[in-house]
Amino acid sequence: MPLRLAAKDAALAAFVALVLAIPLIGFTTHETGSGTIVETRFRWVAIAVAVVFAGRLAWAFVPWRARRSSAPRLVQHRKLNTKYLGWLALAGAILWPFLPFASNYLIFLATTVLIYIMLGWGLNVVVGLAGLLNLGYAAFYAVGAYTLALAGQYWGIGFWEALPLCGVMAAIVGVLLALPVLRLRGDYLAIVTLGFGEIIRIVLINWQSFTGGPNGVNDLPLPTFFGMPFSARAPGGGKTFAQFFGLHFSPLANATERLIFIYYSILAVALLTNLLVLRLRRLPIGRAWEALREDEIASRALGINPINVKLSAFAIGALLAGFAGAFFGAHQSFVSPESFNFQESATVLAIVVLGGMGSQLGVVLAAIILVTLPEFGREFAQFRMLLFGASMVAIMVWRPRGLLSLRTPSIRLPEAPREAAP
Amino acid sequence: MSEAPLLGVEQLTMRFGGLLAVDALSFAVAAHDITAIIGPNGAGKTTVFNCLTGFYRPSAGSLALNRSGKLMRLERMEGWRIARDAGVARTFQNIRLFAGMSVLENLIIAQHNALSRASFYTIGGLFGSRAYRAAEAAALEKARYWLERVGLAASADLAASTLPYGAQRRLEIARAMCTDPALLCLDEPAAGLNPHESAELNHLLLSIRERHGVGVLLIEHDMNVVMGISDHIIVLDYGRKIADGAPAAVRRDPAVIKAYLGEEEEA
Repeated sequence: MPLRLAAKDAALAAFVALVLAIPLIGFTTHETGSGTIVETRFRWVAIAVAVVFAGRLAWAFVPWRARRSSAPRLVQHRKLNTKYLGWLALAGAILWPFLPFASNYLIFLATTVLIYIMLGWGLNVVVGLAGLLNLGYAAFYAVGAYTLALAGQYWGIGFWEALPLCGVMAAIVGVLLALPVLRLRGDYLAIVTLGFGEIIRIVLINWQSFTGGPNGVNDLPLPTFFGMPFSARAPGGGKTFAQFFGLHFSPLANATERLIFIYYSILAVALLTNLLVLRLRRLPIGRAWEALREDEIASRALGINPINVKLSAFAIGALLAGFAGAFFGAHQSFVSPESFNFQESATVLAIVVLGGMGSQLGVVLAAIILVTLPEFGREFAQFRMLLFGASMVAIMVWRPRGLLSLRTPSIRLPEAPREAAP
Repeated sequence: MSEAPLLGVEQLTMRFGGLLAVDALSFAVAAHDITAIIGPNGAGKTTVFNCLTGFYRPSAGSLALNRSGKLMRLERMEGWRIARDAGVARTFQNIRLFAGMSVLENLIIAQHNALSRASFYTIGGLFGSRAYRAAEAAALEKARYWLERVGLAASADLAASTLPYGAQRRLEIARAMCTDPALLCLDEPAAGLNPHESAELNHLLLSIRERHGVGVLLIEHDMNVVMGISDHIIVLDYGRKIADGAPAAVRRDPAVIKAYLGEEEEA
């Protein structure tokens, strides 16, 4: 690229940076004793613009880039060895709480990642496999969490007894939503599901007498270790976890034990759901989901009932969201409607899309990135969400079809029977 | 003809608002025959297909399919039931394969209903029941058979969208045959094929009729295909039937020459 063109390009980039930087960097609020004052930081703006200009100029002269831009290549899919990546992730997940740097905070964070992985796997069935765009997925998540909370509050049901109920309730709500929208597809379906997600949230806020309204529900049932609670004293004369294992009870150690136990519980349930989804994909129902995504008209012409296919996709997706919701409730031991707003649905959808539609391992990678990135960004304070958004854009530019977009066929021809060796 | 026809169409009418696309059309398709529907563009051929396969609900008339002695009234059935219960399979004018899925998967999906029953609606399949494994092996065998018939055995694991055009057409026919149809409806199967490929298609369709006892109904513009393999030709113009008979008779019919073939001769 000639210098003049490169300079022009860099100047344009610098101008965009200037426009963005003035409101974002140029002004800051500062707390003083008498109130909040606005300060200007135009020196920072100048630095940012200069960096963008220099960077863009240097970019134009990177040799490999110049070569690439002159001759557009076909998109190449590098084959990642995803099999080993999956086992590596599993080993990391199992060892995580016992790694030397593990802290309560990191275990808590990893549990949050696992909850999002489960949500991602559930939504992957609906969006990635069946191709039904759902923008109200947090509704099923909410149903799961609130089923745990309200079953505990009204019936005194414990966590493990309530867990299947949470999944089933969410699946029932999923089918109820799917019934009126069976004829819709694509954008229209997305809008209806968006509205549905809001309806659930608003019902939770306004049905004060039943759900506690905006205050939410406290003291959710916590998972017990085969009936033994993580507390100082067991109700009804039973043993606590610490007593059973002969551990010295201290509130701090107990909190860690409980965190680790919740972490492993959700890891186990998540692995089970992963096996379930992988298996479903290889069954007629899973192929029917994918056929529906590829071409609904063709699948009807082959005698596939589209209603059953859609209902089953919604139900399985909602079931997994219900499980994830129950774990979310137990993890936070508190639920309120604000945890299930549109932002939540959008985050889960972003996990599925960034991961690569239909890819189980892609969901894992994307969930790790999307959940931990805002955490790592804490030192950047108010630029945290900017960083978050920029990295999402970067991933989509780098890999437009998601991190792992390679699809393997769900069935192959068996090897022809071999002739007996002579 | 002593046998009852495979398909009896009586007074089929399809109206879109003010447009009369098909006007009181009656014809019959005999079992084990290849029947062609021809006619100039816009004559209503694809509309007849869409009524037959449940994509449109006819404004009037009846469509009766005789499946092993049982009479199915297609105009009252939903599209997917027509495919599943009446055994009417179709291909599309603009190919509709499951593009992102493998060639083999396309053929396995066509056997969805049999496999779904065998998997005891997923539950048996989840636990790998013997019945499901047997059904899956049988489905794979059938898919292998059709892959070999249409010459795609080497491409089984490729994405359907990566196949060349002619191969996609053949795969769509193989997929329709995997549903075990009684009547195979082909919407312009030779469109876009070169002469060599359309000769192969003729051969394939003739052998499907011979070996599988399937009635074939096709819409086609390629006269080599139509005149070469049809037992029976129906000519439509402006939604009305203008001729109906054996290829030789249709070719001589003055109404057909005027509406359709005649225009070609003048040009």
